[in-house]
Amino acid sequence: MKDISCKLLVIGAGPGGYVCAIRAGQLGIDTVIVEAAKPGGTCLTIGCIPSKALIHAAEEFEKVSHMAEGTSPLGIATTAPSLDFGKTVAWKDGIVSRLTNGVSGLLKKAKVKHVSGWATFRDGKTVEVETETGLQVIRAETVVIATGSTPVELPFLPFGGPVISSTEALSLDKVPERLAIVGGGYIGLELGMAFAKLGSKVTVVEALPRLLAQYDAELTKPVIKRLAELGVDVLTEAKAKGLSTKGDALLVETAAGKDVKIEADKILVTVGRKPVTEGWGLDQIDLDMSGRFIRIDEQCRTSMRGVFAIGDVTGEPMLAHRAMAQGEMVAEIVAGHKRGWDKRAIPAVCFTDPEVVSVGLSPEEAKALGGEIKTGLFPFTANGRAMTKLGESGFVRVVARADNHLVLGIQAVGTGVSELAAAFGLALEMGARLEDIAGTIHAHPTQGEAFPEAALKALGHALHI
Amino acid sequence: MGEYVIKLPDVGEGVAEAELVEWSVKVGDLVREDTVLAAVMTDKATVEIPSPVDGEILWLGAEIGDTVAIGSPIVRLKVAGEGNVTAAAKSQAEEPATVEIAKEASVEVARKEPVEARPAPAPATAKSVSRPSASIGGAPRPEGEKPLASPAVRLRAREAGIDLRQVPGTGPAGRIGHEDIDAFLARGPQATRPPTGLLRNESVDEIKVIGLRRKIAEKMKLAKSRIPHITYVEEVDVTALEELRAALNKEKRADRPKLTLLPFLMRAMVKAIGEQPLLNSLFDDEAGVIHQHGGINIGIAAQTANGLVVPVVKHAEARDLWDCGAEVNRLAEAAKNGTATRDELSGSTITITSLGAMGGVVTTPVINHPEVAIIGVNKMMVRPMWDGTQFVPRKMMNLSSSFDHRIVDGWDAAVFVQRIKTLLETPALIFVDN
Repeated sequence: MKDISCKLLVIGAGPGGYVCAIRAGQLGIDTVIVEAAKPGGTCLTIGCIPSKALIHAAEEFEKVSHMAEGTSPLGIATTAPSLDFGKTVAWKDGIVSRLTNGVSGLLKKAKVKHVSGWATFRDGKTVEVETETGLQVIRAETVVIATGSTPVELPFLPFGGPVISSTEALSLDKVPERLAIVGGGYIGLELGMAFAKLGSKVTVVEALPRLLAQYDAELTKPVIKRLAELGVDVLTEAKAKGLSTKGDALLVETAAGKDVKIEADKILVTVGRKPVTEGWGLDQIDLDMSGRFIRIDEQCRTSMRGVFAIGDVTGEPMLAHRAMAQGEMVAEIVAGHKRGWDKRAIPAVCFTDPEVVSVGLSPEEAKALGGEIKTGLFPFTANGRAMTKLGESGFVRVVARADNHLVLGIQAVGTGVSELAAAFGLALEMGARLEDIAGTIHAHPTQGEAFPEAALKALGHALHI
Repeated sequence: MGEYVIKLPDVGEGVAEAELVEWSVKVGDLVREDTVLAAVMTDKATVEIPSPVDGEILWLGAEIGDTVAIGSPIVRLKVAGEGNVTAAAKSQAEEPATVEIAKEASVEVARKEPVEARPAPAPATAKSVSRPSASIGGAPRPEGEKPLASPAVRLRAREAGIDLRQVPGTGPAGRIGHEDIDAFLARGPQATRPPTGLLRNESVDEIKVIGLRRKIAEKMKLAKSRIPHITYVEEVDVTALEELRAALNKEKRADRPKLTLLPFLMRAMVKAIGEQPLLNSLFDDEAGVIHQHGGINIGIAAQTANGLVVPVVKHAEARDLWDCGAEVNRLAEAAKNGTATRDELSGSTITITSLGAMGGVVTTPVINHPEVAIIGVNKMMVRPMWDGTQFVPRKMMNLSSSFDHRIVDGWDAAVFVQRIKTLLETPALIFVDN
């Protein structure tokens, strides 16, 4: 097979890689992207998007089930719904396929050459790809490593059989009757709540004292409350020990030191994700590492000239939107533009019920930087729109410097608050002060009104509380 | 509740006006009797104005730096009971009934003259304190703090090669906007050089020339614009004088101060003036009269925290060496502490200026108007001098002296300084009566 020479080679077509390639193509750079699976990466194919589809289906099913109980305050009554989970999964697959095809189309439109196969570095400028039709050698002036991340496997609970990762959890043929989840982070809880709504008996086993430990307790409290309402059992400070011999239960050592058996049809392990740094010849190019991750500078350059790295393989937070922003930036750097990583905030959203958003610094993080801070919290119980949506739990919280009122962080928990991430992120990037937010007219009646109210609260004169 | 007006009291003999140099209170403050309200300065003395009553400040009648006539109202107070205004307003014809309120001797409050009732007092002449912000204003960013700017501004800066840390932000919370980038670029190409660690400082602070500084400025302007100065510099070998001084200082006696060079110079001046009395004069150039004084009052220019003051050693002709020394020490201390009285700061007929170790090689002293001569003492240093056969180390010191050339001819100036030189080089002559 004839070797390919190009200006830019992107390894991995996840959110970071495909955005980088599209942008590079737009800028007229001769670009090749290599991907072993479908374009879109974890996010589009086995992560963000399919999980959100499943979460939505579960929400709808739960709503109708709730109405079937005849206790809906809306006065709607219906008979118990039924679920054709195969159809649900097919619907989800349809969305995924539309999106991956969309990415392919965008790559084509940007004149990016797509090579399907697994890439391995031969040296810093040369990559071999095992394609269906044979070995393809690609030489490039510049290489972008965007190999992403993969679920962490526990040695005593290897994936296989009843033990599954998030990938398998999104493609089950039926809703498991009993689902045990090891790891109470955002992935475990998003999926756990969805399956609980679809009818699974869910048990969450977490080694730390708190669920969603990345967020503060005030922020996660409405989620914990909802977990209980959904009948999800939560064991904190508990250690998963392994699979029972029959393979039908998870063995757990509780906080009290007692060994218990949690019967389960499926055991979902969501104890984090690790960068994909093996299998593609990292040893051939010997890049400097930063812990488990590839070390990069503020332009995403690695220790080797002409080799960039973006996305989950470069570190926390392992989020698609971070990778996309890095990919875009690197494409522009390769095109000769002056760019550098100067983002102020990377929003983090947790699609539990209710949803959690955090942008910038939490009150504790802000305090840790020294200096006085002000915080303002506005609860959705005082927000009209939230009432009309039966979504009164949660709040918006603003963290600002006490001296000049510069907003340092914004958090929210509540139904549908993920969409507020847009406003929160913009406020931080634009360098808003409390007065800027308080002085912006927010449409009534919307949940977004809680944002200026929280700012006013921090300024000492909230209007609606 | 009544209103009480405090007028600027008579703060010194024959003073018609005083400069307000400090407010100790602001509108809305509650003050007690004897609380210091303000400080005013006349000629050379600063006087504090205490409140004669308890009350709340309603109005301040002058701004710092304003010259206020004695007797003009400077403060209005809200007081319990009837104030001095209400009473006066009630019956203008009558003698105000509340006049006896003023018991503080040092403060004359509105006593005799009835005060016309005024409508709401005009707010203190609202001179804007805020100055036009310099074109590159904006608060300095604390070390290590990230510059605050929107993504579009950050991108523009990066593309223009501007380090945003170097750009002052004029927006809220020091936010950098497009206009700040414009201003930064407008400041020329060197603004975009790679940072050297050295920052341009283009701030301009406005310092109001008030108080003592204004007095000094006025006096200097007067002296330099009226008096055609002639400055004459001569070197003096003070080796013998220094030996004498060391010997005298060696016998430490409690009743005698440690002598500096000044008392010797003063005594030498007294001697020289005896031969040239014209140099100890005050020249009233408007009247065209020279007041040639018999008494020799020597001003000693002294540096204080606030600026230059000139305490005066009165009648040096009647003081011996020790007395001169003691008086110089006392006055220097008083000047430094700000406790020198008006009397101690005025009345000189000739002046000495000395900066000691900072005295330099040559100075061009400015005459203390309306005097006609000033003697400047430069730094003493050991220099090699030719004694006819070899170089010998000698303690040398220059005298830089200025004279009013209208009154003092160059010849006379030279004779005067040469006489002092002779006296200082052979110090025994200072003490010989001839």
